[in-house]
Parts: sequence; structure tokens; C-alpha cells
Amino acid sequence: MTILNLLFIVFLGILFFIAYFHISNYLLDSYGGRSVKRYNLENSIRVIVFIAPAFIVLFIFILYPVFETIRLSFYDKFGREFVGLYNYKWAVNDPEFRRSILNNLVWLLVVPTLSTFFGLVIANLADRIWWGSIAKSIIFMPMAISFVGAGVIWKFIYEYRGPDNTQIGLLNSIIVSLGYEPQAWLTIPIWNNFFLMAIMIWIQTGLALVIFSAALRSIPKEMLEAARIDGASELKIFFSIIIPYLEQTILVIWTLITIIVLRIFDIIFAMTNGEWQTGVLANLMYDWMFRGGGDSGRGSVLAIVIMIGVIPILAWNLYKHRQEQKI
Amino acid sequence: MKKISLSSILSQLLLLFFVIVWIIPTFGLFISSLRDKDLLAISGWWTALTTTEINEIYRMSGMETQIEEDGYFKIKGTLFEENSGKKIESFGINSKKINEFKIGDIAIFKDESEVILDEDGNYEWRSKSEFQKKKGKRLFTTSLSPPSFTFENYREVLFKEGIGRAFINTMAVALPSTLIPLIICSFFAYSLTWMRFYGRDTLLAIIIASLVVPLQMSLIPILTIYNDFGALFGVAAKSYPGVWMAHTGFGLASTTFLLRNFLKSLPNEMMEAAKVDGASHYDIFLRIIIPLSIPAFASIFILQFLWCWNDLLVGLVFLDQVPSEIILTAKLKELLGSRGENWEILTTGAFVSMTVPLFIFFALQRYFIRGLVAGSVKG
Repeated sequence: MTILNLLFIVFLGILFFIAYFHISNYLLDSYGGRSVKRYNLENSIRVIVFIAPAFIVLFIFILYPVFETIRLSFYDKFGREFVGLYNYKWAVNDPEFRRSILNNLVWLLVVPTLSTFFGLVIANLADRIWWGSIAKSIIFMPMAISFVGAGVIWKFIYEYRGPDNTQIGLLNSIIVSLGYEPQAWLTIPIWNNFFLMAIMIWIQTGLALVIFSAALRSIPKEMLEAARIDGASELKIFFSIIIPYLEQTILVIWTLITIIVLRIFDIIFAMTNGEWQTGVLANLMYDWMFRGGGDSGRGSVLAIVIMIGVIPILAWNLYKHRQEQKI
Repeated sequence: MKKISLSSILSQLLLLFFVIVWIIPTFGLFISSLRDKDLLAISGWWTALTTTEINEIYRMSGMETQIEEDGYFKIKGTLFEENSGKKIESFGINSKKINEFKIGDIAIFKDESEVILDEDGNYEWRSKSEFQKKKGKRLFTTSLSPPSFTFENYREVLFKEGIGRAFINTMAVALPSTLIPLIICSFFAYSLTWMRFYGRDTLLAIIIASLVVPLQMSLIPILTIYNDFGALFGVAAKSYPGVWMAHTGFGLASTTFLLRNFLKSLPNEMMEAAKVDGASHYDIFLRIIIPLSIPAFASIFILQFLWCWNDLLVGLVFLDQVPSEIILTAKLKELLGSRGENWEILTTGAFVSMTVPLFIFFALQRYFIRGLVAGSVKG
């Protein structure tokens, strides 16, 4: 496909949707409004015109797949024959699956907690310092770049050369200058997971930081002033006023990062491809989508396990939504 | 008073520490992408401003270039490319003793031919008898190279490694994948906020549920649909329109949710007044909602665009990994596998892939942050 062709279909694709809304609404405008009956008909058709594309897209890409994935998890690798719980039994006994679940759990424990913690600390520090906004920009910046780009950045930091060579990776260079042996960081089982998590923390701290910065402004200045006048130290203020006050925000950020971490795929795919015991569920699932011609049953089971992780959050969000609707 | 300034200094230092730790990885990548590739391979980027010692092997010219002069057969030439700036410290003629000779020494080969070398890499190789071999002999040099920065890596990566085309492909994926959901979701959010119809609350609940459904739940069924669709109509199953619709599907819930939160905050009286004046919903949408929502649109556009630009999984599953379709992130991953040792290509490729996000980041940071905060605090 040449670049010109590409430009053409991009243009056409966008135009299609604009044309759909404009033409259908134009027709409705010229039809409706002359009698009550027509007016009502026009209104109900208009609702359909407004909602239909979004609903169809949501149905095809989210609603139907959720049920189809659940169905496929009970079928064989081609999705043809019903096999009951076979795929689930396979998963429970598969060492790769167990390793992935374990890794996912550690990721869920470490990354949201540390990102939230760093975000909160940095937001607090930056709030009181005149060059704080520049600092915030810099720490927030990794949020803008891709996981794969971040992967390259950090792979360069973890780069390993044999002990006789000059180390061009920053981490090994520091280690060597301190008098230790250089290490191939990403191939040391168990520990390599933490080196991968560092990348995610590096990225997600920015997210926590900006949300906390916005939330910090909602803390009444008088309260902080009063505490300072009473001689409370900054550390005391942080733990006794700021953290309790931001409890809700902390929870929100923690769940937000949890959702992102649950489906983490890119970083591991780019850095180790799940080797050296770094695999997580999303990687294993991608693997099974294509391994041996693809196994939709096993792939679906893995997707469902990821889904189970978000169900508590989903339920909590719906519950909160209900409460809001009541008010 | 004294105590306060001490804690202030401490917090400044702590913040400075965080900033340095956070900026160094990206900074190192940027510096490396501008360095000469030979230097990059043998020295850390933090030494970029100092001279670097390099060991290299060169081969002198063969018999064709020999001339007869002063009773000798001579071959003259230079080892380095023009303006390399390298200065030779020592050299050798044997791989076991690469530092055997200093500049000004005469090195004598086994066949009794001899070579002299100046520090700029010009050599004169002479022999009493005529040179017989097509290939010249090898010289091992140890030279000092001054700091050397170049855009050569960028030229190589953009035009030879296919990153340039991948950049265009990514743009062709990301732009429609942002604009289409934005168009669809604006009507959707409008009807969810300002139109009354049966099932509205259920739809809203579906959107809130869809917000957290992981992408992985959709991959297998959608891929099956695409393959069936492709087989049915005899077209390629994986293509640009397919990937746009996939991004639209996966992004629609969050764009709708964000926009609805914004629309909800607009005053109801305005819509009512317009309706009384005989404006249709489409009039209200075009004349009132769109102009008022520009800041919200900007935030949503940036979030969705960055998401699509930085995505790997959707591009990997719903596009063929061929030069005319591969996206930047997939290309980078491919290079990580095939050119894992060529850091000049990886660092430069990564930096090229980051240019657009970084531009958006620095130019439109306000909208980016606003979108993130709106999406999270209410969610």
C-alpha cells in the first residue's frame, strides 16, 4: 500500500462517520416538527441515530466478546467441541500458568503500592518548592511514551557486557565501579521481575503524581497553617493530615494502576518475552493465541483469569455509580 | 526559623534526587541516539563528552595502488575516513601485540616489508620487492577519538531500517483511531446526557462496566470475526479499517465516560432555552455543545491519541507484520530481537517513536493532565 493510498483511506474512513451523522440528522431535521406525531417519531429515530454506531461498536468489541470468551473457555482449541472444565484443569496444573499467576500477583502488590507512594511523596515535595512544577513535568514525562519505548530505554540501562569489556549499561557500570561483578540483570530469575517492575513504577508514578497534585489543592490551607503554627513537623502533617485527607484519592489511584498492571503485556513482551521466569498472564495468553496454530480454549481461560481480577473493581464502580444516581 | 529552612533544603534535595533518577534513563537514550555508532558500542553515554580510546583493525590497500619510488615499492593510503578526528596512540601488526609500536616506529612484517604510520592514520608501506597480493596486510590501531555527534543514526534508522515507514503507518493507525471514537462518542455522550429514552441507565451502567474490562477478553473473539469476515469477502482479514474499529471499540467506553462527565456539568437551562427557540438536537449539538466542549475534546483527543500511538498489542494482533502495515512499537520490538546489539539503531528508533508523544506532552500538557485527572477522580 503506497503512502498516498493510505492517506486516501484514512480520509475516507473519517469522512464516512461524519457523513453518517450529518446526512441522517439533516434528513431528520427536514422531516420532523410539523405535527406532534411527527415530532415524537423524529425524536425516537434521532435517539437511534445518535446511539446506534456507539452501541454497535460496544456490542461487537466488548459485550459480545465477553460472553464469547466465556463460552470458548469451555471448548477445544478450535472452539468446536465442548470439553467442559478441561481447559481450566489444564491451567491449574500448568507450571507456566502458576508462574504467571504468581508473577502477576507480585506485580499487583508492588507496582501500584510503590507508584502511589512515590507519587504522593513527590506531589507533596513539589507542592512546596518553587521549581516544583518543572520537577513534576519531568517525573510525569514517562507517562507519555510507549511501554516498548520505555523498554528500550531500560534495556539500555540493564545492558550487560562480559566482565572484560567496558560496560555501556548504566547499572552495570555503577556496579563495576563499586567493585562488583557485572550482572545480566534480566536473566536472574525472581529478581529480574523486580527490574521489570521498576520500569512500570517509573512510568506510573507520573500518573499518581498529577492526580495527587490536583487533589492536594483541595486540602484547606487553613488546616495546614494551623498545624504548622501549632508546631507540627512536615512529616507529622504528612501522616496525620494529608494522608487521611487523601484516603479516597489514594484508593482511586491504587485501583487505577491495578487495572493497568493487571493487563501488563508490552514491557515483558519487549524485554524478556516471558523468558527467565518473567511471564505474566497477558503474555501467556498472547502466546497461546498463536502457539501451535492457536488454542482459543486455553487463551480464553487466561483472559478470564485476568477478568476475574477486575471484577471486584467493576462491582465497586457500579455500586458507586448507583449511589450517585440516587442523589 | 532555622528548622524550617533545614527541612526545606532536605525536601529540595530529595526532590532533586527523584528528578535525576527519573530523567536519566530518557536522557541517556537521547544522547546515545546522537553519538557515533562506533563510540556508542564501546563506551557509556555518560562519557560522550570525553575522548574515548578505541581499538580497531584496518586493512591496507593491495598491490594495485603500489608505486615505485626511491628504490622501494610503496603503497600509501589512509586508514580513517576523512575528518574522523581520531588520533592514533599506538599500533600493531599482530593481533596478539596490538600496542607493539608507537607513532614514528617502523614496523617490520615477516616478509621484510615495513610500514610507518602517522597519528592521523596515513600510512606508507614499502618493500624492496614488488607487492604480489591483492589484499593488504592488517594493522591494529589504538586511537583516541574526540566526542563525536552525528545525525547519521537518524538517517539510517528512518530510511534503511523501516522506522520511517512505520512512523507513517502509526500515524495512519492513530489518527482515525482517535477521530472516529471522538465523533461517535460525542453523539453518544450527548444522548446519554440530554435525551430521554428507555434503557438509558442500563447503557450508562454498561459503559461503566466496559471501562475496566481488559482488552484480553476481546482479542480471541474479535480476531475470529475478522478472519471469518476476511474469508467471506475474500479480502485481507487484518487491515487499517479493522484496527481503527478495534481501537474505537476499546476506547469508546472511556471517551464516552469522560465526555459525559463534562457534558453533565453544562447548565440545563441553556439546552431548554434553545429547544424553546425551535432548535433540534442536532442544532444544539453543533452550535452549543461542540463549541463549549473544545477543551474536553482536546483532553480526550490527547488521551486516546497517545493510547493508540503507544499501543503494541492491538497493532500486533490486528495488523500484518509487513513493512506497509507494521507500527512503530511492533517494529521496535522486532529490532530488539534482530538488532539487539546495535544500540545506535535501538536508541534512535526508540527516540523517533517518542517524538510525537513528547511533542504532545510538552505542547499540550495542560489538556493531558486535565483528561487524566477527570478520568480518574470521578472514575
